[in-house]
Order: sequence, then structure tokens, then C-alpha cells
Amino acid sequence: MNATLNRRDFIKVSSLAGSGLVLGFYLPSKENESLFAEPLTDFSPNAFVKIDPTGTVTISVAKSEMGQGVRTSLPMIVAEELEADWSKVKIEQADAHPTKYGSQGTGGSFSVRGSWQMLRQAGATAREMLLTAAAQSWNADRSSCRAEKGFVVHSSGKKLSYGDLADAAGKLPVPTSVQLKDNKDFKILGKAIPKVDTPEKVNGSAMFGSDVRVKGMLFSSIEKCPVFGGKVKSFDAAKAKAVSGVKDVVNLENGVAVVATSTYAAFKGREALSITWDEGQWANQKSESIKKMFEDAVKQRGSVEDYDGDAEGAFASAATKVEAVYEVPFAAHATMEPMNCTAHVQSDRCEIWAPTQSPQGAQNEAARILGLPLDKITVHVTLLGGGFGRRLQSDYVQDAVKVSKAVNAPVQVMWKREDDMQHDWYRPATYNLMRGGLDKNGSPVAWLHRVAGPSSRGLVVGGSTPQYKIPNFMIDSHIKETGVPIGAWRSVGPSQNGWVVESFIDELAHASKKDPYEFRRQLLTRSPRLKRALEVAAEKAGWGKPLPKGIGRGIAAVEGFGSSIAQVAEVSVQPDGTVKIHRIVAAVDCGPVVNPNTIEAQIESAVVYAMSASMKDEITIARGRVVQSNFHDYSMPMINEMPKVEVHIIPSTEAIGGIGEPGLPPFAPALCNAIFAATGKRIRRLPIRPEDLKKA
Amino acid sequence: MSSFTLTVNGKKHTVDVDPDTPLLWVLRDSIGLTGTKYGCGQGYCGSCTVHVDGEAIRSCTMAIESLSDKKVTTIEGLSPNSSHPIQQAWIAHDVPQCGYCQSGQIMAAAALLSEKPDPNDEDINASMNLICRCGTYNRIREAVHVASENMRKKELGQKGGK
Repeated sequence: MNATLNRRDFIKVSSLAGSGLVLGFYLPSKENESLFAEPLTDFSPNAFVKIDPTGTVTISVAKSEMGQGVRTSLPMIVAEELEADWSKVKIEQADAHPTKYGSQGTGGSFSVRGSWQMLRQAGATAREMLLTAAAQSWNADRSSCRAEKGFVVHSSGKKLSYGDLADAAGKLPVPTSVQLKDNKDFKILGKAIPKVDTPEKVNGSAMFGSDVRVKGMLFSSIEKCPVFGGKVKSFDAAKAKAVSGVKDVVNLENGVAVVATSTYAAFKGREALSITWDEGQWANQKSESIKKMFEDAVKQRGSVEDYDGDAEGAFASAATKVEAVYEVPFAAHATMEPMNCTAHVQSDRCEIWAPTQSPQGAQNEAARILGLPLDKITVHVTLLGGGFGRRLQSDYVQDAVKVSKAVNAPVQVMWKREDDMQHDWYRPATYNLMRGGLDKNGSPVAWLHRVAGPSSRGLVVGGSTPQYKIPNFMIDSHIKETGVPIGAWRSVGPSQNGWVVESFIDELAHASKKDPYEFRRQLLTRSPRLKRALEVAAEKAGWGKPLPKGIGRGIAAVEGFGSSIAQVAEVSVQPDGTVKIHRIVAAVDCGPVVNPNTIEAQIESAVVYAMSASMKDEITIARGRVVQSNFHDYSMPMINEMPKVEVHIIPSTEAIGGIGEPGLPPFAPALCNAIFAATGKRIRRLPIRPEDLKKA
Repeated sequence: MSSFTLTVNGKKHTVDVDPDTPLLWVLRDSIGLTGTKYGCGQGYCGSCTVHVDGEAIRSCTMAIESLSDKKVTTIEGLSPNSSHPIQQAWIAHDVPQCGYCQSGQIMAAAALLSEKPDPNDEDINASMNLICRCGTYNRIREAVHVASENMRKKELGQKGGK
């Protein structure tokens, strides 16, 4: 930079440098400062908003973008209150910070609803300060000024841009309380705004974790013990080290890392490793044993999780009794981008580039492993090639930190698809004994749900309490160790319990010879919001109207993540047992709408994700290992199977709800209920197998 | 290791790799074109789809040694400024969610349209057999149809002159 640079030139340089990264006017030295008579400064009243003197508004996104659209929806909230010109807003992905942004964990469909108030506050605070700055500069009354599309406009018609006001606003005290906008005045929120990162995702320039390239970096691939919890007993690295491009081999105790000059050389080096494993206590685990353990467990009452009245007594004296067992398999996340992370560990610091849903978790893990304070650990959050809960874990971050430390160089650890499939944190497999009792009028008087599942009560039991008014109910559980790691899988507990509850209530409706929609509707007295969603879905789908021969209609409604969603499925079953979905109609109440574009996309997405777990393959265990390894034996729905999905967003003044997950739980039960309507066959074991439905 | 010369996006590159190295890793690790993605390494998912002499192939299972004298086009070289009708339709329909599979989806769609300018739904089902875990399939289908229509309109406009 030379001394003849004038202010205009500097502004140009600043706004061109780096995409979305505002260098602005933080001039680093006195020397630079002397370039200008009056140095202007950025206006940055909080962690989320920065306005530079050119008028560029930069909004920080502290949640992880994994396709759900947070890089668009969260800045929309700030921009709305700020009265910013959306076309001039730049987005900056925040690095991990222990406190600055609150929780950066991205999960539980919580990004929008958890940030809603805070981000509105952030935008409104900035807006109020810009208004004050303008009023002061005009010596005008504050109430004669209004904010509009990046300007403060005076009642006389004169106006100042946010850029012009940035320096003055930055010198004002930050107000402690500000007025938020009335929802009816929203100009940005509620509009179907295209996602800000779409352009970079159609030309190959989008940066995912695996696209990170750092000077001098090496590539690594890790052979992990195939049995959960197993360890390296001994290994011979001689042949691996002889593979061209292989630089080093590192013992990580739970696996052996090959470090090379390219990913493929690391893969080849792995194949040349000879490892003896200590397979540990789960070496003989298998799916059949897990099922047997669950089956035996539900013979006795377990820990009572939730209850009302005397469900066992009411069931014993019920006029009609219905009993059924529902089985859910383990499911893998299978994000399109396999787990990976890049780390550069140096003696006194560590820099990490991670596609993570848990930036602070990654930072904590690295600090723990390296014995460094948090402020010496920088975590850059890249785009995530899918998350779905898998990337809430930090195992792949640990890998990269450990390997980089061992070889003293920046390293990218890339998991193979097979590693990703076999070392996941799976959705729990569960075994559900369901008992329901009806009185002589066909009204439900007892509901008993006994569930057996692995390791985590929350993941197994979550979402099992029925939303319906049943005077006597009880949920009890048996939580058993299986050795299989389990974790949050898009929509978590409700992903399996939504299917169990909404299938079994359908069984009770049929047992009482009532219409399944009406039966539910009459029992939703405690959940008016869900009742409304049910009614809208039924109405839009034409519930009760005749369908072509062979097509069945099913309905399901599930409340969760602060939203209420009902779905109607229309399906037919071919003579060979394959299921064809003709249409899905969804009605959604998620409170105030941020971006209908992403709401529609998330419901479609949830439907496909639910299709995979309910209609495709399952994860099974044999000899302590996951049997499935890639997309040939853990297959995915493809474009030819994609049904039409109609999304109806219900205008709502309810509290704002989540949208990434709640579209998932109603799908499987709506589908299975429709199959029952079409064929008279009740699916009680997922995934649906053609042989279960094949005509004899 | 051996030396291989290949043309990628109109530019010649010489790389030193083992002969069995898949094109995918040559693109990503040797040449630095990271738009082409690794999804499964077995040709199942299609995230690594590129064009070889204009045809859509899965680069994760194509060894570099089989590519001499072939012209490779990746997502980075499909068009300057994202101007290909498929890219334009993808933007107009806001197709991507996570976006990881979309380079492959776009390359497969572009190859389909150059072979069949007016594909029907069955053609799309047959050619677009790539996995999208976010489930953008309906938008992909719409965008392919719209791109096809826009290409025809453009052609008609050009033929008609002024």
C-alpha cells in the first residue's frame, strides 16, 4: 500500500478484498491512519452487525450451514430489524468462540427459534443508534426520522446512508433496550428469498470441509478398529510406508493413520497396513442378540417415563384390547460429504477447519487433547456437506488434531464412505410393545408403550408421550448397553416414536371402526395447534374423497421442535410388494414465517430423509461390526422414487418453531397408514420390505 | 509414480501419480480443482461426475492411465460466470441445499441436455441417478425441464434472427 492512496481508493480495495469479509477501516497502524485526515471507523454495536463507511452491512452467522439455509434465514432476521438493504448485505461465517455468540451448536431445529429474539435485538439496536446519529447530525427530533433500506430519512425528505452514519453511530452508547418491529411491518421476513450461497454451489467454488487446502498440508486416512470400542494391539507399517506418497504412519490407539501427499496415496497406504486388533468386549455382538435382549426386557415393566391415571388397570378392564410390537432398526446418517477435518497444530496454538455442527465442541476437544487454552484454538467453520446430527460429534476433529500433532504439519483427515457408514453414531434401534384399550363406545381408555433401546434414555424415549387425550397412559423403558454408538439423527426421538405412536393410534382408530382422521381430531383437545395442522392437511389432501382403485390414503400428525406438522400420504402397492408414493400433502404451523422458500425445501428434504430410513436399508451388526459399508447395501431414495410434495404453511401467530426436523416424524406413519388403507397390511417393522407386502 | 498429461477445462496439466489413481483425486489433490466431490469412491452416488469428451462419467472409478488424449470438463469449466443454462436454472429454482452433490448433479444434467435437448421425466430418471441426501430431487427435475425450455427458446431466437 503506498502513501498516495486516497480514501476512495482505500474503500474500493477494502470492499474487494475477500468475499464477504469486511476489512473495513480497522487501520492497523499510525502510519496508515495518517493517510486520511479523518479516519472513519466501522460501526459494530454487537457480535452480529458491522457497518463500514461504504455502507456495506456485514452480518455474522454463528450457526453452521448444512443445507437448512441458516446463512440466509439468520441474516434476514437481523436485516429486517436493521432496515437494511438486503441486496447489500454480506454474510460472514463466525469462527468458534466460547461466549461471543451464545451457543453455536446447530441442532434441535433451534437455530432460528433460539436466535430469533437475540438477532432481532441485534438488528434493532444498530437501527436505533443509526437513527440517533442521523437526528443528531441534522439537529432534528428523533421522531422525525425513520430507517429505510439502508438510509435514515428525515420527514423533510433529506437522507443519510448507513455508511455515512457508521462512524458517528459507532461513537454513541449502545442502548440497553430497544423497540422491536411489529410483525405486520416485516418487509424481508416472510419473503421467499433465494439462499445466499446458491451461486457458489453451482460453480464448484463453495468451500466444504474437504475442500480446504492449506500450504504444506498432508492428507490422511485412518484404519479404525472395525469393532466398536476395540483398540490396536500391534501393527506392521512397513508395506504401507513403501507405498509411493506415504510419509508417515501414526498409531492412534483406536486406529492407525496413514499420512501421505494425497488422499489416494493415504487410502492405498491403508490397504497395505497389517493390524492386529484387541476387539474388546463387543467382539461377538450381533443384531439378533440385541433384538433378543430387547424382546426379553419388555416382558417386565421398566422405568416409568411418563404416565397419567392407571393405564394397566384401565387396560385390564377395557372392552377391546389391541396389542402390537413395533421394531425400528439402527439408521446411519450417511451425509454426502464423509466426515473430515483439517488441522494445523503448532507448539503454542492450533488452527482447525471443520464442517461441524458444534464449533465450540470442536474447540473444546482440541484444547483438551493439546492442553492449550481455548483462545489458542481457532476453529473455522466451513460449509457442511450434510449434517443431520452426525456433525454434532467431534470424533473426526479429534482425528485431525491428533494426526497433525503427531506429524507436525497441517493435515486433512478424510474418512472413506465405508468409515463413515461403519463408525457413525446411529439412530437407536428400538423394540416397542404397544397396548391400547377401548371402552364399549370405541373411545381409548388406556395406552401402554413399553420401549427397549440402547444406551441413551433421551434418544430412545424422546417424543413418545402421545399428544392425544387418553385418560390413562404409561410409557416405560428398558435402556440396555449394546456397544453400538448412538446419537442424534435428524428429528431424534420423534423420528422413531412418531412412527410408533402414529401407527398405533391408527390401529386403535380402525379397532374402534372410526375414520382415522376423525378419531385423531376428536382426541386432540389439548393440542389446538396440532389439530389445526391435521385439519389443514386433511382438507388440502381431500380426505374422504374417493381415490383411484388401489391407492390408499394415510394421515399422521406430530408436534415437535416448536412446530406442528401433519402429513397425508397417498400410496399404492405393486403386486411384487414395492410401494409407490403418489403424493405427500403437508400442513405446517411453525409460527412466524422467516423464509417460505427454505420451509418448503426442508419439508421435502425431511420426506426424503424419512423415506431412506423407512423404505430402504437398515444398519445391522455382526461380529461386533456394522455389516453395511456403502450405498450398494445402504441404499438411498433416488429421483425416480421422489413423490410430489405439497407444503401448506399455516398462517400463525404462535411462538416461532423449528423447521429442519419436524417434517420427518409424520412421514413414516402417514406412509404405513396409507399402506394399511390400500392393502389391509399393517407394517410394524422398519424398513418396509417388499416381501412384507408381496401378494401371496 | 508415472507422469500423465491431461487436458482439464481446456488447460494442459502434467501430474506425477500412480497409474491407478482415480481422476477424482488427480483433480482434487494434484490439480486443485475441488468442485468435484468424493462421495462413495465406488461409482454409486455420482457426486464426482465430470465430462470426459463430453460424456458424463464418475471420476472416482476412472483411473488416470485410461485418460490419455481425453478432454476433461469439471464444474469449474462448465461455463464462465455460471452462464450454462443448467446453472442458470439451478440458481432460478434455488436447487441446492447442502450443495455437496450438486456439482455432480449439474454435470450429469448438462450431459443429458447435450444428448437429449428435450428430456422427458423418464429420461431424467434414467440419467440423473445420483444421490442427493438433502432430497432436492423435485427441484432438480423442474430445473432440468426449465433449462431445456430456455435452451430451445434461445435457439429459436437465434434461428429467427432479427
